[in-house]
Amino acid sequence: MIISENWLREWVNPGIDSSQLIEQLTMVGLEVKTVEPASTKLENVIVGEVLAVEPHPEADKLSLCQVSNGKNTVEVVCGASNARQGLKVAFAQIGAALPGLKVKKVKIRGVESNGMLCSASELGIAEISDGIIELPADAPSGTSIYEYLGLDDNLIELELTPNRGDCISLAGVAREVSAINNVDLKDASGKIIKATIEDDFPVEILAPEACPHYVGRIINNIDPSARTPVWMQEKLRRSGLRPISPVVDVTNFVMMELGQPMHGFDFDKLEGGIRVRWAKAGEKFTLLDQSEIECGSDLLVIADQRKAVALAGIMGGLHSSVQHDTKNIFLEAAFFTPFELAGKARRYGMNTDSSHRFERGVDPGLQVRAMHRATELLLDIVGGEAGPVIDAEIPESMPVRSPVSLRYARVKRLLGIAISEEDVVKILESLNMRVEQQEQGWLVVPPSYRFDISIEADLIEEIGRLVGYNNIPGTREAAHSRMESFSETQLGINEIKEALVRQGFYEAVTYSFVSPETQAILDPHQETLALSNPISADMSVMRTRLLPGLIQALRYNINRQQQRIRLFETGLCFIPESDGLQQKTHIAAVITGSRDNEGWLSRSEAVDFYDIKGYLESILRLSDQSKYQFVKTSNPILHPGQGADVMYNNQQIGFIGALHPAVMPRLDLVQPVFLFELELAPILRSKLPNFVEMSKFPSIRRDIAITVDTDISVQSLIDCTYSIKSKILQEVFVFDVYTGKELRNNRKSVALGLILQDFSRTLVDGDVDKIVVKILNQLKKQYNAILREN
Amino acid sequence: MSQELDNILENAIQAISQSQDLAALDSVRIAYLGKKGEITSRLKSLGQFSPELRPAAGQAINQIKLRIQDLLEERKSAINDQFISNKLSSETLDISLPGRVVNSGGLHPVTLTMNRIQKMFGKLGFDTAEGPEVEDEFHNFEALNIPAHHPARAMHDTFYFDDRRLLRTHTSPVQIRVLEQQAPPVRVIAPGRVYRCDSDITHTPMFHQVEGLLIDENVSFSDLKGTLEEFLTLFFEQDDLKIRFRPSYFPFTEPSMEADIGCVMCGGDGCRVCSQSGWLEVLGCGMVHPEVFRHTGIDNDVFTGYAFGLGIERLAMLRYGVNDLRLFFENDLRFLQQFA
Repeated sequence: MIISENWLREWVNPGIDSSQLIEQLTMVGLEVKTVEPASTKLENVIVGEVLAVEPHPEADKLSLCQVSNGKNTVEVVCGASNARQGLKVAFAQIGAALPGLKVKKVKIRGVESNGMLCSASELGIAEISDGIIELPADAPSGTSIYEYLGLDDNLIELELTPNRGDCISLAGVAREVSAINNVDLKDASGKIIKATIEDDFPVEILAPEACPHYVGRIINNIDPSARTPVWMQEKLRRSGLRPISPVVDVTNFVMMELGQPMHGFDFDKLEGGIRVRWAKAGEKFTLLDQSEIECGSDLLVIADQRKAVALAGIMGGLHSSVQHDTKNIFLEAAFFTPFELAGKARRYGMNTDSSHRFERGVDPGLQVRAMHRATELLLDIVGGEAGPVIDAEIPESMPVRSPVSLRYARVKRLLGIAISEEDVVKILESLNMRVEQQEQGWLVVPPSYRFDISIEADLIEEIGRLVGYNNIPGTREAAHSRMESFSETQLGINEIKEALVRQGFYEAVTYSFVSPETQAILDPHQETLALSNPISADMSVMRTRLLPGLIQALRYNINRQQQRIRLFETGLCFIPESDGLQQKTHIAAVITGSRDNEGWLSRSEAVDFYDIKGYLESILRLSDQSKYQFVKTSNPILHPGQGADVMYNNQQIGFIGALHPAVMPRLDLVQPVFLFELELAPILRSKLPNFVEMSKFPSIRRDIAITVDTDISVQSLIDCTYSIKSKILQEVFVFDVYTGKELRNNRKSVALGLILQDFSRTLVDGDVDKIVVKILNQLKKQYNAILREN
Repeated sequence: MSQELDNILENAIQAISQSQDLAALDSVRIAYLGKKGEITSRLKSLGQFSPELRPAAGQAINQIKLRIQDLLEERKSAINDQFISNKLSSETLDISLPGRVVNSGGLHPVTLTMNRIQKMFGKLGFDTAEGPEVEDEFHNFEALNIPAHHPARAMHDTFYFDDRRLLRTHTSPVQIRVLEQQAPPVRVIAPGRVYRCDSDITHTPMFHQVEGLLIDENVSFSDLKGTLEEFLTLFFEQDDLKIRFRPSYFPFTEPSMEADIGCVMCGGDGCRVCSQSGWLEVLGCGMVHPEVFRHTGIDNDVFTGYAFGLGIERLAMLRYGVNDLRLFFENDLRFLQQFA
């Protein structure tokens, strides 16, 4: 909401300057978002009077006006059709500064023009305007326009929180300013405008739960040609509203001033009487903005005896709206309950100034007063005769402000400040609360417009707010120090991340929703959870794996000439399963490009499967590596010869490998990509170190080189070697794998290192030979392994 | 005799000086001083001299022997010196060339910021809690005192899956999840991803928050303020950081407030980042609302508490001077490398 500082000061005028006022508003909870001047300075633009008008000799559409600035009269060429004798107007004299224009003496079609008669838009106080501005006849010629229109003003934009419906009006903001500064508020009770005619119109409330109070009034014989006075146009403009027509402007003005949204109907279009009722499902009519609405039965409408004529509290209908020739009007000021109105306008895509206020709560005690205020203004502007105020109320459905108990001790405890009982009462009363002493505190009745106060904490907030949050000292509660309990066998996710970072990986953060196509390529046959209102189609399903996002990040960097990419991510994946949605944390990594950064020491080799496997092993090593196995995979996204399922305790927890060459083009990838993705939880379980005695005797190393068929995995050879179950065989490791010409086609050579050691004595060659023979026999038996001689 | 000795010495000197390495030098030593060496055999043959000549002859031979020994030592040390000096010059490297290094990567700035916050509150005894990102209406809204059609829901542009399930719009549902599990006192922070159906220059449909929750006996608004003042001052490592707390509104706290800090970009003079106001909003907080206590079955007469929520990207942008929110999710290596 935007308010004019000058207008605010008409209501309440504390002795503080603009910047203090702005600071105050923010600090009391009405956050000031922006402050803009109401106008440029408009130097040398004054109130002028048109003394005479005659046609321009050379141009049909132009006229020559004799304009007085109060002292002298000069000739001005003017193109506006409303330039006429006796008109008071904004006159920009030679040298005047208009927004974006300096006024100079110019010849227009051969006639010298000594200045310019201005429209509101030329003054910068309207977006569009029709003709030059028409000032009241009593505007004193020669006065500066800046001064005359009170343009030395600030437009203050407030960002109000949804609980403060009571502040979406000038009166509401003024109440707060009055309470903070302890200065009087303008008496806003207003004039009672008596009826001069007896015209009445029946009002029937059929939905009291949504509209317990409806006030109407007929005003007959208005002057359809009347214009909204400049002062009102200016106040509306400075509130961010565009002047439209006198009736609409007056209802908008009352809404801005008092906070009561109103509506004016063309009375002659209404038939029989007003009925406030729920819409019939499927009921259709055209709204003021020309759109046709098809109502659900959850919408409240204002209807006459035959049809719906307005969406209650949201927007009027087109058929019954006030037009330029309307003579008789019916004004509405109603109270619609926030609960019944909430969310409806948004659901139908029609947020209006009116629905915005009703949803947040309009003062249920305001309707009659607003009606008198609107009548007063209308009669002034458009004339006519007012009928009696029609006041339909269902008292038992009116909101009740229940008294709220407030304990003094609780105020001090919750705010953590020392405050006297006297100050508590003073603050509450400054906010128009009725305060009654009771045991341990008070019984407080908030004013009718405070929908946000229903419990003790709400009152305590009010006290804190008025004391000023900056005046509440900052302390820190006594921390209960305690010993930290943490499991030594539970790794933190950061330890895993750091391990990858140390090896050159960068952490990526990608969106949790991905494109269904990419998702399907990288996790085929997996059901996904789809958003019902995605931002875009390529962010519409929840990832079941991290890979779709990571691959996208990888491609983004490839496209930016990165030669060497290592990325990882951790985060939740969302997997629909028969027993419900699983939300599991995964970890995934992708690599591509060269193994090392290019440099004088490095060989420019591309990464391969053993790079990604090494990275994975480096993090599994933090956990309990003995529990993991890599087994051949049938995962369709992986190269069948360079991929593995990763097993933990014989359960699959992920996979690793090269992206399948047939999958790559579908992801717009050309160069080989290696990746892994795992569930994180198993990796975070490590094991408690368990000491094992070390032998005091020396160890012996023996190497054996064997040939086996190429499809025999080295791991199975190592497992086979261990399987002889010798107490002195301590370690087996592979130190060479070779396939070459001198071997038969389907054979490879594997060199194993054996470390042997005994706990009770120094081993001799005979001991070792026996074991080696046993191992070779076992390898031969199981894998047809043949010892290489040489 | 002496002429003979002089010749030996002459030859030895020559042989020693011509030895280019230790092996050659050693054969010279053996030729003169070895068991069958020239000097040794001269000494052995001293018996041929008459007893009165013998001492003088012995002395002369011994002098030559010592002399040769000295020369050998001298030469040996010279050869050693030469050897080391050759080795050093042949092994001299261009020390300006870069070393052999495993270039480490880096964590994402969002993680860096969350870790920092976690560490700071961890010292105060706050445990880290987590919750699901696909949430239900109850935890994301209702239990937090945001019933259906509440105007506050309009401020949360929510991603929905169906009538029941949605993507959490804030980390606050973790408050409820923790309180359902744990009896007070409670001290947790909950970092994580949150989602809003909004995407433009200053909004991404996913971002990160850290929620804080403390429930204990006698926790006050003033404690909340003091804790967050200390946090902000330490987080930005700026002792004279300007901080202000102003009333705001969150359905699940009462009283509620937002904290602004003096703009770290312009020092409070007004700039584009702070919309000319000199202030930057950095967090929302308040005292836990009685409705939250009611929904989680905690006696609000015994316990009070505070909660706060921090926007991670916002803090990271201010701290590291990042000027575009969207950079956090592009994962451009040139961006990520700046935080390594």
